[in-house]
Amino acid sequence: MFRIIAAFLWGMLICAPAYAAPQEIMINGSTTVLPVIQKVGEAFMNANPEIVLAISGGGSGNGLKALGEGLCQVAMSSRGIKESERTDAAARGIKPYRITIAMDALVPVVHPDNPVNKLSVEQLREIYAGKISNWKDLGGNDERIVIISRDSSSGTFETWEEIIMNKGRVTPRALLQTSCGAVVQAVSKNENAIGYIGFGYLNDSLKAVDVNGVHASAETALDGSWPISRELYLFTDGEPEGGLKKLVDFILDPLKGQKYVQEIGYIPLKK
Amino acid sequence: MSTANKERLIQIILAVVAFSSLLFLGLITLFLFMEGLPVFRHVGIGAFFTGTDWYPSADPPEFQILPLIVGSLAVTLVASLIAVPLGVLTAAWMTEVAPPLLRRILKPVIELLAALPSVVVGFFGMIVVAPILQNVFDADIGLNLFNAGVMLAFMSVPTICSISEDALYGVPQSLREASLALGATRWETTAGVVIPAAFSGIGTACMLGMSRSIGETMVVLMVAGGAGIIPEWIFDPVRPMPAAIAAEIAEASFRGAHYHALFAIGMVLFLFTLAFNCVAQAISMKKN
Repeated sequence: MFRIIAAFLWGMLICAPAYAAPQEIMINGSTTVLPVIQKVGEAFMNANPEIVLAISGGGSGNGLKALGEGLCQVAMSSRGIKESERTDAAARGIKPYRITIAMDALVPVVHPDNPVNKLSVEQLREIYAGKISNWKDLGGNDERIVIISRDSSSGTFETWEEIIMNKGRVTPRALLQTSCGAVVQAVSKNENAIGYIGFGYLNDSLKAVDVNGVHASAETALDGSWPISRELYLFTDGEPEGGLKKLVDFILDPLKGQKYVQEIGYIPLKK
Repeated sequence: MSTANKERLIQIILAVVAFSSLLFLGLITLFLFMEGLPVFRHVGIGAFFTGTDWYPSADPPEFQILPLIVGSLAVTLVASLIAVPLGVLTAAWMTEVAPPLLRRILKPVIELLAALPSVVVGFFGMIVVAPILQNVFDADIGLNLFNAGVMLAFMSVPTICSISEDALYGVPQSLREASLALGATRWETTAGVVIPAAFSGIGTACMLGMSRSIGETMVVLMVAGGAGIIPEWIFDPVRPMPAAIAAEIAEASFRGAHYHALFAIGMVLFLFTLAFNCVAQAISMKKN
């Protein structure tokens, strides 16, 4: 009798991997990175049916917070981790580990009817600091500049602040929009507006402005000459292992994940 | 069970239900203050209320909410200037002039306006009203104080109109008859007798409408523009308190300074709506 039970248990033990529930990986964070992971995630789950990805957006800060609280295994972020976030995570024994997965470029945009075609980083800084407030100082019409910015808690805003503002503050007169889509909407409806968006959001209702004499295009972004670009990251708790490692390798594979990065409108990593 | 016991049991159940909402209100208030007050470890009370720099994610951050308070009060003021005359005059027309059949149709329709989801009102403001303000009124930007005020007026008219109408309807017919018998015209009767007689009800209606405007979130998040400045004129963008909380709470780190600051804004907002409701209560008590 015991022998039968023992044999049965032994059998279960051997068969266990076959019956194991699929591994679930929770991914949370930046809405900028989200479309890439969604697209790559579908292909990844088709190739690896034993792994299920649960992907949700909510912002870089949210994702890093969730990672630090152990609520997700992967955080998507469009910025580096802050020291305060690292210490919060460390308090729970979590060590955030950064993986670069793609490049994103921010583009200043104006209404197509605006005669201004090029600006320097310094001019952009002065516009956003509120020091230049009329388009005629930039070779445009005699109209007040309507400054449109992303919300100060977004990763896009932080990147803009880091690259353009150089520790200066964005004027409180700037209109803060809660998504890149809302910036597109506001700029395309206002001849005197200026805003900034991710490369993937450019369309015919807007005009991209040349920065420091460089024209915004996939080529300039790829060869690194475009001045306003940033890396997009995933964060995991320590170096990824097992299913997580499979996922990360898949995303970084030039023929798999990186192909989708390009499709979404971001810039794949150079190999 | 005897009838007396059954009666007592029902009384107890009703008392528990009645007090539970009081208990929940108390607990929520307690929570709000517990999470909000710690912000004063990071910023002085004076600077918090009178400073004009709201840079919650700068390094070091600045938590000064005067522009947000002024933004909230400004949109509420604009909304009231539009909604109060509109609401009260509609109510007066319905009780004093309109034939009873029309009144019976019109009242539910106006109340239905209150059922319009606020996100739909916000969307309307963004897509329809904003371009009109830019093109026709030559505003720098259509997402501004005026747009938010108009959209909020939209949402508070049903409250103001419906409660005022009840108050006007409750004015005894004998008062109107006496006034008319003394030779007053219908307009004189309405303006000089009926409206003053229903004043407490109308006052309550206006206060409740304003309290709805100041607490409304989605509309101001979508159409107020979101710039943290003290508005200088009616087409300036503003960032009312509820919009700031809604836009930022998701990114504020749990129990960090920014998180406490947002709860403190919630606290201030709560005190404002409480004040409006107390005034409404006081007005309605005074008459009784």
